[in-house]
Amino acid sequence: MNNLQVFTRGLVKENPIFVLLLGMCPTLAVSSSAFNGLGMGLAATFVLVCSNVVIALLKNLIPDKVRIPAFIVVIASFVTIVDLSMQAFTPALSESLGVFIPLIVVNCIILARAEAFASKNGVLGSLLDGLGMGLGFAIALTILGGIREILGDGKFFGFPLFGENPTTILLFILPPGAFIALGLVIAFVNKFVKKTA
Amino acid sequence: MSNTIVSLSPHAKGPLSTEKVMWGVVIALMPSFAFSAYFFGIRAIVVTLVATIACILTEFLIQKYLMKTTVTAFDGSAAITGILLAFNVPSSIPIWQMVLGSVFAIAIGKMVFGGLGRNPFNPALLGRAFMLASFPVDMTTWPIPVKTQWLWEMGKTVDGTTAATPLGFFKEGVKMNASMGDLVAQRPELYDYFNLFIGNVGGCIGEVSAFAILLGGIYLLYKKIITWHIPVFYLGGLALITGIFWWMEPAKYADPLFHLFAGGAMLGAWFMATDMVTSPMTVKGQILFAVCGGLLCGLIRLFGAFPEGCSYSILIMNAFVPLIDKYIKPTRFGKEVNYG
Amino acid sequence: MAKKLESNFVNMFVVLLVIGLVAALALGFTYSKTRPEIEAAAQKKQEKNITAVLEGITYDNKPLAEKYTVDGFDGLELYPARQGGELAGVAVKTVSPSGYSGNVWLMVGFKPDGTINRTSVVEHKETPGLGTKMDTPWKDQYNGKNPGTNNIKVRKDGGEIDAITAATISSRAFSDAVQKAYDAFKKGGEK
Repeated sequence: MNNLQVFTRGLVKENPIFVLLLGMCPTLAVSSSAFNGLGMGLAATFVLVCSNVVIALLKNLIPDKVRIPAFIVVIASFVTIVDLSMQAFTPALSESLGVFIPLIVVNCIILARAEAFASKNGVLGSLLDGLGMGLGFAIALTILGGIREILGDGKFFGFPLFGENPTTILLFILPPGAFIALGLVIAFVNKFVKKTA
Repeated sequence: MSNTIVSLSPHAKGPLSTEKVMWGVVIALMPSFAFSAYFFGIRAIVVTLVATIACILTEFLIQKYLMKTTVTAFDGSAAITGILLAFNVPSSIPIWQMVLGSVFAIAIGKMVFGGLGRNPFNPALLGRAFMLASFPVDMTTWPIPVKTQWLWEMGKTVDGTTAATPLGFFKEGVKMNASMGDLVAQRPELYDYFNLFIGNVGGCIGEVSAFAILLGGIYLLYKKIITWHIPVFYLGGLALITGIFWWMEPAKYADPLFHLFAGGAMLGAWFMATDMVTSPMTVKGQILFAVCGGLLCGLIRLFGAFPEGCSYSILIMNAFVPLIDKYIKPTRFGKEVNYG
Repeated sequence: MAKKLESNFVNMFVVLLVIGLVAALALGFTYSKTRPEIEAAAQKKQEKNITAVLEGITYDNKPLAEKYTVDGFDGLELYPARQGGELAGVAVKTVSPSGYSGNVWLMVGFKPDGTINRTSVVEHKETPGLGTKMDTPWKDQYNGKNPGTNNIKVRKDGGEIDAITAATISSRAFSDAVQKAYDAFKKGGEK
C-alpha cells in the first residue's frame, strides 16, 4: 500500500463514519449543522494527526503493556489543547459543541488508529493515515450536518436558503433526525458509492 | 428442525387473502371518511386522496426501482396506510407536508424493513409521529367542523376558522388551575357527548366521529378481519386509568366516557392497534398488548406533554410485540393440550 | 522495524512518568496562554449582552464592574448602569429553570422605574425551530412593559404576551425569567 492509498482510503473506502461506523456518539450529537460538523471534524482531525505522529515516533520506546495508558495520555493532552484553544479563539463554536470536544478523548476512531496503525507504522504513513481518516470524519460530519441543517432548519452553514422563517422538517434537527439521516446516508453509500470506490 | 425459520407475522390463518383483508379494512374506513367529508369538507377529501396516492406510489417506486422485486403496492395495504395517516392529521395540513409524511410512512416505516409483514411499527403511526415532530404548528391547528367545509386556505390568524380539540382545551385549562366545572361551563359544546359521539368537534380528519368508527369496527368484526379483544381491552384500559383519576379528583380530570369518545382513541383502538402485522399473535398476548396500550394512552393524556397519547401508546406497544410473542406462544400444532 | 521494548516495571514506570510530565508541561503552557483569552471572551460576551439590553440608555460607568446579587435569587446577577452616579438602568442576568429542555438564561435591561428596556437571550437548549424563536423580534413585545403594572405572563395564562406558536413552554419560561429579574431588581433596591 503506497502513501497515497493510506491517505485516500479514509476519505471514502474506509470512511470512519459511513463505512466503519466508528465514533457514532459525537456524529449523532453534533451533526445538527454543517458548521458544527465541520468544526468537530477538524478538531478531531487535528487530534488524530498529532496523536498519530507522536505515537508513531514513540512506538519503540513505549513498553507494550502500558501502551494503552500511554496512548490515552497523549490523546487526552491534544484534546485538552484543542478544547482550550477553541474556548479561547472560537467561543461560539466551542459553546455549541459543548462536552463533545473533551469527549474526543474517548472517540474510538482515534484510539483505533493509534492502536491499529500508528503503533505499527512509520511517521509519514501515520501522519497521512491520521489526515485521511480525520478528513473522512470531517467530510462525513459536514455532509450529515449539512443535510440536517438544510432539511431541518432551511439553512446551509447558517445561510438561509428559503427566506425568513420557512416551514422546515424539524425532525431532522432533533435527535431522532440524526439517526434517520445517518441511516439514509449509509444506505445511499452502500447502494451507490461502495461498489465503485 | 433447527433450520426451520418461522417468518414474521402475519401468518396465514384462514381463507382470507391479503387483498381481501386490506380492502375490507378500506371499506370499514368509509363511514369515517363520509363523516369527515361532511365536517371538514373538500380539504378532508383532497388530503385523504393525496395521502393514499402518495403511499401507493412510494411503495410502487421503491419495489420496482430500488428493491427490484414483485410489485405489491396495489394490494391495499399501502392504501390503508395512506388513509389512516390522513385520518391522523388535521384537514388544514399543507399538501406538501401530507405527501412527505406519506413517503416517510411507507419508505421508513415499512419498506426499510422489507415491506408488508416485516415492519415492527404501524407505518401510519410512524408517519404521524414524524409529521408531529416535524411540523408541530400545522399538526396542531384544528379547523372548526362544518363551518370550514368550503374553505381551502385556513388562515392561521383569521378568527373563527380554527378550533381547540376537546382534549387540548381541557388539558390546558386544568394546567392553568381552572376546575373542570368552570371549563365545561365555558365551552359546553366541547364536553357534549352527542357532539363527541357524532364528531362535531375539532380534531384530526378521521378521528372525530366515534359513531362512524364504531360502524366500521362492527363491519370488521362481522367480516372476521379482527377479533374483539384488542379494541375492547384497549378502550377498557383507557377507561380504567382515566376512571380512577376522575373518581379521585373529578374537578381536575375528565370522566372516562369523555376520554373514550374524544381524540383518537376510537380510531386507534379499532384500526391501528388491530393491525395484524404489528400486534401479537395470540389472544392472551393481544389482551396484554391492548390493556397496556390503553393504560399508556391514558397516562400520556393525563400527565404527558401532549394532550393526546393514542398514537404514541400504540407505537410503544408495537415495540413490545416481539417480546410478548416470545413469552406468550400459541399452542404448537400436534402438542397435547392439557384439559385438566 | 525496530524491536519493541520488553515490558518491565522500571521502563513502564519511567515511560509513563515521562509522558505524563511532558503532557502536563504542554497543558500547563497551553492553559496559561489561553486563560486570558477565555476570560476575555466570556467577559466580552457578557458585556455584549449588557450593552444590548441597555440600548438607548446613556451611562458613564462600567456596569460589569459593579455587579451585585440579591439574596433569594440564586444565579441572578445585576449590573447597574449610572449616569453621573445616578441610576440610569440595570441589566439583570436571569434564569428560568422551566424551559422545555432545561434552563433558559436571559439578560434583561430595566429602566430605573422597572420598565423593560430590552431583552437578550444568553443561553438555552430549547427545541430548534420552535423554542429558538425566542431569539427573534418576538421578544420585542416585552420592551416598554413594566412587570409592576403589566401582566407579562403569556396570554394562555391570563397575561399580555403572545406565546410563540407551538412553543408555549419556552415562552412561559421567558416570561418567568423576566419576572424573576424584575422581582430581584425591586427587592435588591436601587443600589
